[in-house]
Amino acid sequence: MESVLTIKRVPTMVSNYQEEAGQELGCGRNCLGECCLLVSKLPLYAIGSAADGNELSAGFFLNTLLLGQWEDRMSRGLFRYDVTACETKVIPGEHGFIAQLNEGRHLKKRPTEFRVDRVLQSFDPSKFNFTKVGQEEVLFRFEASADGKTQYFERATVDKNHSPSVLAINVSPIEYGHVLLIPRVLDCLPQRIDPENFLLALHMAVEAGSPYFRLGYNSLGAFATINHLHFQAYYLSVPLPVEKVPTQAIPISKGLEKSGVKISYLLNYPVRALVYEGGNSLKDLADLVATSCICLQENNIPFNVLISDSGRRIFLFPQCYAEKQALGEVSQEILDTQVNPAVWEISGHMVLKRKVDYEGASEEYAWRILAEVSLSEERFQEVQAYIFNAAGLVESGKQENDANEKKKTPIPTSQPLPTPYAEKCLVLQ
Amino acid sequence: METCDHRAVADSLTSRYCDWVHDALEDFPAAFLITDPAIAGHPIVFASRGFLSMSGYASEEVVGRNGRMFQGPGTSRRSVMEIREAIREERTLQISLLNYRRDGSPHWILFHLCPVFAPCDGHRRVVHFLSVQIPIPKRSRRSVVVTTTCRDAMRMDADLELDLANDDRGFEVEECREAGEWEKEKAASIAGEILSALARYGKLANGKRAGVVLPRPLSSALNISLGRIKQSFVLTDPHLPDMPIVYASDGFSSLTGYSRHEVLGRNCRFLNGAGTDTKVLNQIKDSIKAEKACAVRLLNYRKDRSPFWNLLHISSVRNASGKITFYVGVQIEEGSKSNDHGLSPEMRQLGTVGQVKVAVRSMSSGAGTSRFSS
Repeated sequence: MESVLTIKRVPTMVSNYQEEAGQELGCGRNCLGECCLLVSKLPLYAIGSAADGNELSAGFFLNTLLLGQWEDRMSRGLFRYDVTACETKVIPGEHGFIAQLNEGRHLKKRPTEFRVDRVLQSFDPSKFNFTKVGQEEVLFRFEASADGKTQYFERATVDKNHSPSVLAINVSPIEYGHVLLIPRVLDCLPQRIDPENFLLALHMAVEAGSPYFRLGYNSLGAFATINHLHFQAYYLSVPLPVEKVPTQAIPISKGLEKSGVKISYLLNYPVRALVYEGGNSLKDLADLVATSCICLQENNIPFNVLISDSGRRIFLFPQCYAEKQALGEVSQEILDTQVNPAVWEISGHMVLKRKVDYEGASEEYAWRILAEVSLSEERFQEVQAYIFNAAGLVESGKQENDANEKKKTPIPTSQPLPTPYAEKCLVLQ
Repeated sequence: METCDHRAVADSLTSRYCDWVHDALEDFPAAFLITDPAIAGHPIVFASRGFLSMSGYASEEVVGRNGRMFQGPGTSRRSVMEIREAIREERTLQISLLNYRRDGSPHWILFHLCPVFAPCDGHRRVVHFLSVQIPIPKRSRRSVVVTTTCRDAMRMDADLELDLANDDRGFEVEECREAGEWEKEKAASIAGEILSALARYGKLANGKRAGVVLPRPLSSALNISLGRIKQSFVLTDPHLPDMPIVYASDGFSSLTGYSRHEVLGRNCRFLNGAGTDTKVLNQIKDSIKAEKACAVRLLNYRKDRSPFWNLLHISSVRNASGKITFYVGVQIEEGSKSNDHGLSPEMRQLGTVGQVKVAVRSMSSGAGTSRFSS
């Protein structure tokens, strides 16, 4: 019999329709299901082929559109609270962790059980998913252009053969402009990175053209709560701590000649990560990161992704917090803060639910929480090797070592094996 | 690609310094740029001849544009972010940077950035940024020596000449070049000389008008964020007597004909006139009292007294502490044709409100305290 690892947590309400999930809803309520979406006239932002020098991209029209629509939903009262009334501060110290006091985000919700030991799970139509969201929560569609030109249509019809990709509000925002990008919503894709949709997310970062606009991704087991493919995005006009951390380039002797992407690791940060930047084209960068994510998915390693600097830098964080939590290895003191270390928290933006935590938040405190999220150095090296192997990358000077390594036994065992997975919960397909 | 206010760029230095400040700056042989954070797009307002010969650009090709034009594919994104951060925090920064010349060839420089404070001004207000750029010669990383003697300095100068002529033309980019102590000291001392020259040429802060107390200036960071927003809008401060304007966008100047320094410190009522409906004005007052957003249509007058129907949207804006700090007023001339790509006037107004909210949300006593460790 298979044993299952779960954690209990208060799920975040991302949609006003989430509570009703599970009951059969007849239609006529203008939802994102086939019934209503196929006959919708939602605005469409269509992106053309790379850098066609169009007016929309050059004028950063996407920001006006996104923030205008978001402000409109705010005036219609669709959010559960006014996030701009939530106090926020930079914690004094070297890194400048950002703390937000958000007492409203998790009110009146009971903890729910989440399975955290499988990064890939198949789509379950009986659970809440974005086809159940009302169209008023959608800001606009964001899709590849049919004719290669970047264009905006105030009212666009839906082509039955192409499922729309939509941008919806998160009704429990953690910053102004917090939205969800849901690729091909009608196709009901599970939470799983693929090159095409990752490129779509990267395009959004480029079109926004604002250093304040970031996209993020949480895999299952790394604090995604909804198993329906989605990216998060928001505006924050201060740098995230992880963006300021010095990096060290990893010398690669083979595998990056064509793409021109640069890979580095972080030098002084509680969560170990790989940083991808550059690339001869956006697609080169997207493909390499997607290949890395797919490798993690297939090896059942939970992870988070941050897309920053208008799509120029991407941070990939493999993590093991939820799994440690399920195994009872996280201290009660840290659990009591109820911080769920998903992509924004890992990047250094801590959303705190208790005033006492907010007021006492120190750099050391933020560091301690995040340190629990990180893979150990040994495990990180191992995971990096999986990724490099999957992407066909050879680290300079590592060729011979690799050959030797195959023969020798892994890692001296004076300490317990650093692998974060207990045998019983390794579920490999 | 980038548009900017040419008049504002041209007047940026002479509005604060004597007219011959340009001549004085021309006398410095070093490579440096001066930028103005209060103008939309934070453009270059002066490029030294040393900079022009190093980069291969003509003055008119760089003045009015943002310094990011010199970055390229090999430029470290983290370094760019660090510069952005130093500007936001209005502090001095020295960093090695890979820039690109006009012909596309990359070259390593030590980038020395420092804020320039307004001359003869009670407020410690940043009005410009100065960036001195010293080429970093090729050398093996281990053999960096601190050179302090005159002879060494001369040798380095000779190296530099050579460097400018031959180095880096192969388009091969090394991973990183670190500046030595020599470059760092040289950059700091050049910056010091330029700053003291500017201080000598400063004139009394202008814009003083009878009976108007100028509000405390906004930070460079907020100015730069707000400068990215194209629409016509003003920010007013509800905590000051008579809710004066503390920021007016370039769009506001082109719509109304008033320049920024003519309106700062004044209440918006100067836009009203004989035909303005007092009922609508009361409606605005009531909304502000109730801390509610409002959208109205009222008759306003430009500087030349020509009337226009103003679609005005007013909304409160909160800072990082969640407190109302400003009110934003967004003006759209009814029936005006604009490059809105089919967005309704309401959506354009809300888009502006949203962008202002994002910019102001970072503003607080604590938001400026995040520092780099390096």
